[in-house]
Parts: sequence; structure tokens; C-alpha cells
Amino acid sequence: MTDQAYNFAYLDEQTKRMIRRAILKAIAVPGYQVPFASREMPMPYGWGTGGVQVTAACLVPEDRLKVIDQGADDTTNAVSIRRFFQRTAGVAVTEVTAEATVIQTRHRIPETPLTEGQILVYQVPIPEPLRFLEPRETETRKMHALEEYGLMHVKLYEDIARHGQIATSYAYPVKVEGRYVMDPSPIPKFDNPKLSGNPAIQLFGAGREQRIHALPPWTKAVSLDFDDHPFQTSKAPHDCDLCGARDSYLDEVITDDAGGRMFVCSDTDFCAGRRAKGHVGRLGEAT
Amino acid sequence: MTLHSTEFSQKIHDPDQPLLKVDGLTKRYGPRIGCADVSFDLYPGEVLGIVGESGSGKSTLLSCLAGHQRADLGRISYDGRDVLGMSETERRRLSRTDWAYVHQNPRDGLRMGVSAGGNVGERLMAVGARHYGDIRGKAVDWLGRVEIAADRIDDRPTAFSGGMQQRLQIARNLVTGPRLVFMDEPTGGLDVSVQARLLDLLRGLVRDLGLSVIIVTHDLAVVRLLAHRLMVMRSGRVVEQGLTDQVLDDPQHAYTQLLVSSVLQV
Repeated sequence: MTDQAYNFAYLDEQTKRMIRRAILKAIAVPGYQVPFASREMPMPYGWGTGGVQVTAACLVPEDRLKVIDQGADDTTNAVSIRRFFQRTAGVAVTEVTAEATVIQTRHRIPETPLTEGQILVYQVPIPEPLRFLEPRETETRKMHALEEYGLMHVKLYEDIARHGQIATSYAYPVKVEGRYVMDPSPIPKFDNPKLSGNPAIQLFGAGREQRIHALPPWTKAVSLDFDDHPFQTSKAPHDCDLCGARDSYLDEVITDDAGGRMFVCSDTDFCAGRRAKGHVGRLGEAT
Repeated sequence: MTLHSTEFSQKIHDPDQPLLKVDGLTKRYGPRIGCADVSFDLYPGEVLGIVGESGSGKSTLLSCLAGHQRADLGRISYDGRDVLGMSETERRRLSRTDWAYVHQNPRDGLRMGVSAGGNVGERLMAVGARHYGDIRGKAVDWLGRVEIAADRIDDRPTAFSGGMQQRLQIARNLVTGPRLVFMDEPTGGLDVSVQARLLDLLRGLVRDLGLSVIIVTHDLAVVRLLAHRLMVMRSGRVVEQGLTDQVLDDPQHAYTQLLVSSVLQV
């Protein structure tokens, strides 16, 4: 009953128009943080209110939605957002990356390469890459405007000075098309190369911070580094214990209190797909 | 190292031409005067002291010169370029390459959450240095020049004493080879023996690097040691200027006489 009381995809049409304008502007200026009038959503900040609003503004009834949280389709955040849009928009949902037209993600880019026509929506906690380096928002805006990004390298310098290498392993800053420095949301730096030249539209929504930024398809995004300490991706030095994949990003799972652990693909759809094709890892069972 | 060579090259400057020309500079805070009708020329390699009591407008003048505040009237030309008419991009570039600003409180001029090496390297990275080894090498070199042991390079300024923080701030400012340095009470808040060492260091750096310096202080001993020329300010106006020794030994204006006679003799 109450489900019919909501407009399609929860937000009213005027709000969605406002968000779409911000999205268009963000796509027109890749990497630039566009302010938008973020609404209260029926979930707490930090649960993806920005991503949900961007998804709501993008959805049409024909869409097929996939929601992932840290790569997984079956964790709380993913399940509740997926159900939210099933109820308020009635769109079809899927767990298969290749079948989805809109994918809302928290902290991962799917392993399966995206294609043209897909939209990847990120949930962003803090869109400002300079936030913890320069606390004044007026100053960071000026630094973006004047392209003063030396401070970003001070952070990387500190990493090397303290840890002997660039220890930043997630939310790794990228420079978009040689202009804006962007925080790609807390995706592992393993995923950074996938940001660049991606055929899908990538939209980033930060609800609490009221900012939207975007990477249009085929946009160049270069991870910042030093000449003598080049950017390197990192992942756990193991294969997936369920599907045996060697090149996917892994989660470590503690299995008992005697030091037992296993490593599994963080992308559940990718892992399930491989197992269905007969790949078996160290601890996996043939299906 | 991929540095913007134009920004870094020390342009050959005609020593007979003033590096900085200030003409009729005025800054008001509403009906009150910050500083009024200040004019002077600063030549390459010259150290100009600005003295006066609290509220005399010397800090206002310095921040207008350095572009931290906008002057209401007057002209500033640096190396033949109109500073007040410059775009903000240009002025900010100037202030992190050719200019330096040493704050009275090192906490204002340093990034306290960043190691000493990072503090010194920041200006290098801001002008395009992208080679970690080179940046670190320069940082070690500059820490040495300001008498900070190389093994402190990865310590944060919070772990430094006041005098070390001030020396670190100086290193951080001078690393890009500026030609004009603004100093606001650089020895304020330091005890006398530390002050003496800092002054000694400053004097050496100024001489070796041929810096032009504008130094604001209320401490006449500091200007006696460092400054070639002296400007005495009161109520936002310059009441007397001349060679330092001349002004201090033979003050003409009544206020300068008062100022000089107020110094305690030990």
C-alpha cells in the first residue's frame, strides 16, 4: 500500500531533475566536484545516501540494477539498497555484472570489464582529496581552481618517508585528464587502473558532503606517484581459495581461532561465475 | 627533476634597479588606518627593517606587501611587474617560488602534521618536483644549512623545540631559492641565546644567497644586526627612514628618539 505512495525511485521528479543537472555538469567537467542539494534519505549518512540519490536520478523502468558492497552482492548494505529500489522503482535486479545497466557500488569496481551503456554509481564518503591535508574548504576549492596540487604529493612523500613505499592503499588520488585531482572513493588502489579509459559512465555521489563528480566513458585518470616510486597496484599474494582466480582482488576470511584463514574473491559474482564454469580453488568444491 | 625551469631560474637582475618598488601604499580598516602612504624602494641584496610599537601598522604593511591582504591604494611593482594588478594565479605562484614568508609563530608557517622533510619538500613539489630521491636530498641539504641534524628529517615539527621549528620554517621557505623574503618578527618568542643563533644563521643565509629581505620587528637589536636600512612607523605612517646605524645612533624624529631611548641597557 505505502509503496504506491512513493514516486518512481523514491525521489520526486523535481529533485531528480536537480540531481541530473548536477550529473550532466559533472560529466562535462570530469573530476570536478559539483555541489547539489542532497536530500534526506531513509537511511543514515555513510550508508550510501549520495549513491542512492544518483542511482534514483539515473534509473528508468527498463533498467536492470545491481548493487554491490565491497564487491559482494549479499551484504547488508547491498541487500537493503537493492530492496529499496525494488520496492520504490520496481526495476529488475541482477547479481550478474554483464547483465546490469546500472550498478551501484561501495568501494569496488567489478572484476568483469564494464561495457558501453552501463552506469557505475559510487557511494562516496569524502569527495575532497585534499581534505585531511588542508582543512579549509575555501582553500581547497581555490587549490582546485588554480591547479595547486603539490600538497597531494606531500602526502605520498610522507608515506614513503615513513613506510618506505606509498602506503596509501585505498582512496588513491587520480588526476583526471591532466586537470582535476579526484578522490575515487575508498576503492582499493588495485581498482585504480580500471578507472581510466573505462567504457562505462562512472558517477560519484557524496550525500553528506553534497557533491557529485564523474568520469565520462574513456576518460584518462592517472594515479599520482613519484618518478622513482611509481604507482603500483596491490592485492593479497594468494589465489582465490574458492575459484582459484589469480588476478582478482581478495578478501581475507578468518575461519577459526587457530590461525586458519582463507582468501576469497571480494567480487562474489565474479567468483560464482568462475566456479560455475568449473574453476576450483584450494578449498572449493566442484559444483 | 621535472621542474619548471623558468620559475626556478634566478633571473639576472640589474643591481641598480630596485627589486621592489612601493608607492603610496594605503590600507584602511573601515575608518581606521592600517598603514598610510608608505613608499620605499628595495634593492637586490638589501635588508630593510620596519620597526615600531604594537599597532603601528608594520604587520599590516607586510601582509599587504606579501599579498595576504589587499591594499586599498598605491602601487607595488616587483621586478618590473605590477603586483596588485596580477591575477591570483600569478601572485600565488610568485609567493611560492620567488617570495618567501617567515611567520612569527612557526606553527602558522609549518604543517605540523607533516614531517620535517615533507615540510621542506612541499614547495619543491608545488612547483613540480616529482622525484622522491631528489626532494629528499634537497631536504637533507637544507636541514643541514639551518643546523638541524639529518636524522631528524622524518620527525614532525611537534617534536622540535621552538628554535628548531623556526629554523625549519626558514629552510622550508628558502628551498626554492626565493629572491625576496618577508619576515614577521622571526625571533619573537625565542629566548635570547636561541635568538642570537638564529640571527647569526639568518645573517649568513642572507649574505650567502644575496636575499632581499623585509623584516618587521619591535626589537631594535634585531634590526641593528640584520638590516641595512630602517623604516620607523607610528600610527600607520612612516615617520623616519634611513640607514640603520644612522637612524639608531642619531634619531631625528621625536618618536624614534623615544623608541631608541626605551631600550633597556644590560
